Amino acid sequence: MTGPEYAGLGGWTPEKLGVAGAVRPVVAAPEPVLSQPGPEVDPTSADVVRLAADLVATMRVSPGCVGLAAPQVGVSAQVFAVDVTGHPKAVTVHGTFVLCNARVVEASRWKAGREGCMSVPDLTGDVKRASRLVVEGALPGTGEPVRLVTDGFEARALQHEIDHCAGLLFLDRVAGAHAIYQRKVYL
Amino acid sequence: MNELAITVIGRDRPGIVADVAEVLARLGANLTDSTMTRLRGHFAMTLICVGPAAADVEAALAPLAADGHLLATVRTVTPDAGSAPAGEPYVLAVHGADRMGIVAAMTRVLTDAGGNVTDLSTRLTGSLYVVVAEVELPPGVSDEVAGRLTRVAAELGVGVSLRPADTDLL
Repeated sequence: MTGPEYAGLGGWTPEKLGVAGAVRPVVAAPEPVLSQPGPEVDPTSADVVRLAADLVATMRVSPGCVGLAAPQVGVSAQVFAVDVTGHPKAVTVHGTFVLCNARVVEASRWKAGREGCMSVPDLTGDVKRASRLVVEGALPGTGEPVRLVTDGFEARALQHEIDHCAGLLFLDRVAGAHAIYQRKVYL
Repeated sequence: MNELAITVIGRDRPGIVADVAEVLARLGANLTDSTMTRLRGHFAMTLICVGPAAADVEAALAPLAADGHLLATVRTVTPDAGSAPAGEPYVLAVHGADRMGIVAAMTRVLTDAGGNVTDLSTRLTGSLYVVVAEVELPPGVSDEVAGRLTRVAAELGVGVSLRPADTDLL
């Protein structure tokens, strides 16, 4: 059974972190940090709050970026930011949020879709992801537990970022030998 | 009827597929299985066709290769007896910094376990090297193979994953 969603996420804003985020350089494969599983973090620690703010700031200055995980800015940790607001493929949208120690607790309605990644700038690939998803994690700063129920494109973005935190790229999940493509369109 | 294996590779330009297919059609060669792609600016095609003698096809393709930018080879092969799948299907993905011997080392692990590579592609972009292969493995060996792949990948400094291939029967 899908339980009720935690209400706090809807009203969450990056400003609640209390620090201004700095834009960090995004690392690209084969940078080893992208292939290492990140450790769990203390969501209330000052370092994690700073990291959360930096992820949001970096995501916002990167055109077309709908999610950014800590390993992508060179930090091996289970923290990521997501914002699919305004994306044409998004159905359910929770705005901008950062989750720590997130894990998938329910996944269903698997669908294939083409994915790209800021850390794999020259390739895209066909990846099957759950289009109905329940994720649990903690908010940076307060450490409040969050249960997130979503679908479609936001669900895909969450799975992509949770994979980053586990040291996995979309390349680890492509459907077959002819499911990776040279990227032609840059946003 | 002859079964022919044909390869054509050369600097990419518009019209290679049309030119080669036209030659084959004119000779009455029926194009069955084929794969065609562009690899770092070279257009490569491998195809099986059924029809005339290899020498006739070779002669007909020769004018296409006359400018020195295309290389075509033709040989007669034994028709496929329709072999059953040898094992369970998996997808292998490898990515990491480019270096010599990644494909050799990873596929040797598969071969030693009685596996068979049925499809494979590689991409080099910048310093990132990516290998994706479809593999048939004997039943019950995948965990052991995954472990050996992980050890070999660690020696090479690359990441590896081995997952069952997803087949939806409808």
